Amino acid sequence: MRRELCEALVARSARSDLVFLTGDLGFGALEPLRDALGDRFINAGIAEQNMIGVAAGLASEGLEPWTYTIAPFCYARAFEQIRNDICFHRLPVRLLGNGGGYAYGVMGPTHHALEDYGVLATLPGLRIFVPAFDSDVAAVVEAAGIEPGPAYLRLGRGELPAGCAAPAYAPWRRLRPGRGPVVVAVGPIAGIAWSAFARDGEDGPDLWAVSELPLALNQPPRDFIEALSGRRLCVVEEHVAQGGLGQALAAWCLEGGVALAGFRTATAAGYPSGTYGSQAFHRRESGLDAASLRERLMP
Amino acid sequence: MARRGHTLRAESRPHGANPAPQEAPAPLAPGLLTLARWRLLAMHREAHVGHVGGNLSAFDAMMLVHHEMLGAADRFVLSKGHAAGALYVTLWSRGLISEAELASFHADATRLPGHPPAGGLPGIRFGTGSLGHGLPLAGGLALAARLQRREGRVFCLTSDGEWQEGSTFEALIFCAHRRLSNLTILIDHNRLQGFGTTAEVASLDPIGRVLAGFDVEIREADGHDLPDMRRALVPGTDRPVVVVLHTVKGRGVPAIEGRLDSHYLPLTEDQVRAAMLGIPPTGNAPGTGYA
Repeated sequence: MRRELCEALVARSARSDLVFLTGDLGFGALEPLRDALGDRFINAGIAEQNMIGVAAGLASEGLEPWTYTIAPFCYARAFEQIRNDICFHRLPVRLLGNGGGYAYGVMGPTHHALEDYGVLATLPGLRIFVPAFDSDVAAVVEAAGIEPGPAYLRLGRGELPAGCAAPAYAPWRRLRPGRGPVVVAVGPIAGIAWSAFARDGEDGPDLWAVSELPLALNQPPRDFIEALSGRRLCVVEEHVAQGGLGQALAAWCLEGGVALAGFRTATAAGYPSGTYGSQAFHRRESGLDAASLRERLMP
Repeated sequence: MARRGHTLRAESRPHGANPAPQEAPAPLAPGLLTLARWRLLAMHREAHVGHVGGNLSAFDAMMLVHHEMLGAADRFVLSKGHAAGALYVTLWSRGLISEAELASFHADATRLPGHPPAGGLPGIRFGTGSLGHGLPLAGGLALAARLQRREGRVFCLTSDGEWQEGSTFEALIFCAHRRLSNLTILIDHNRLQGFGTTAEVASLDPIGRVLAGFDVEIREADGHDLPDMRRALVPGTDRPVVVVLHTVKGRGVPAIEGRLDSHYLPLTEDQVRAAMLGIPPTGNAPGTGYA
């Protein structure tokens, strides 16, 4: 989604208050943005804590800072800066985390982001965006850009199945209707789930993509709520179970008295074999590939 | 916004706004400085809280900057948030925090906790307390002024132990590389941190010489000598200015001056009285601790 991100921010670069800060990343992708922004494109160096603190300072003066780095270098390395400097002050800093889930593949676990939105969802007022398809990025940038408070964008690689057309962006979207289980997937893994069930008939799952978290800031739409009663709910996410949407939805159903026929999750399992590989390899190991999802989620 | 018994003055400004500039900044009167120091001692005594040593070492510089140098276009960031009391009293001395509000220091339901809170208080732009956060924030303010083509200086007051935080050095590299000449970094060099001297724990001494390896202008001053600090705090030219303030922890309270325990232990009634009356201490003389 880097190319789409760059295009969206170049389109936004006419705003004189936009400042882009990168933690020395973006080679081969962000040069057009650098050229468009001039002195408002800041390579802050390999110093993410400082970059996030500087961004908070910029935002407090009315500027519109966007920070960019590999996801864990943002939410994990600079968590206290996000909490203290940005969220305690409700400052509108947009944090771009590239490589959600296993997206960095064989680069290894230091570069993976398996707990990012769970951790960040604990912070006050932080809105989280997880675009599912490449075509979502422009709308997500626009939505994050008008946020009055902090925002985190988890970027990955869109997985639109062949022959499918991505619906227009929305925080919650129905990708396919069905009388089977209600399946909810967060971000790009929704494309994998879609490919798993795309050829199913009316008895297949009712599949939804979620792109905005936490649940407290983005309540499910009425159609989703009405679909739940008496059915099995399955949640798919390239994120550990702890702090994920599955846990949040389970609590939400219990509190709301939603009578489910069952509940299952498919989440990131970490590194069960102790070996490393591509994003597809790690998804298979976690049972997040299309074949595994069919097996695990369908009756 | 006002709560029972605790009100900000009617002229309270939005979150973080700086005091309005004085028509012509008047020199900080020594009498006001003494009065404010007594108020700081009384406030800590009444609240029965510690951290007073690092408040007193930084207090003279904080008062000088706020009374003589901060206008509406200028910014102040207290990176050593444990000197919150000194900041509250400084703002009180400028009429930005009321006496009643000051009396709530450290009490339940106060807006003046042990470290500056985020939002809501005039003259306090950022909540701080975890060390190593102030200089990146100040760097952002200085960069913002440059990008917005604005005048104005940014002052950031750090402790000396705080330079053990990596993020402070990240920020120094950033600010020096970008030659943020509108930034002045003050280091309260009282040589004492939480559990020992800075020389014992993780020495950067002499810190001025260490930081001189960066592209910043290093100045040194007696942090309790107003004329010396005025000389050292004149604006820089083409790079950030770092002013190493040689200070004494617990300055103004002879019984605790230069002592490690002044970092944590609350003041006694006798210590406050002796400080106000200028009575020399008995028993442990100043300088017998970690001076």
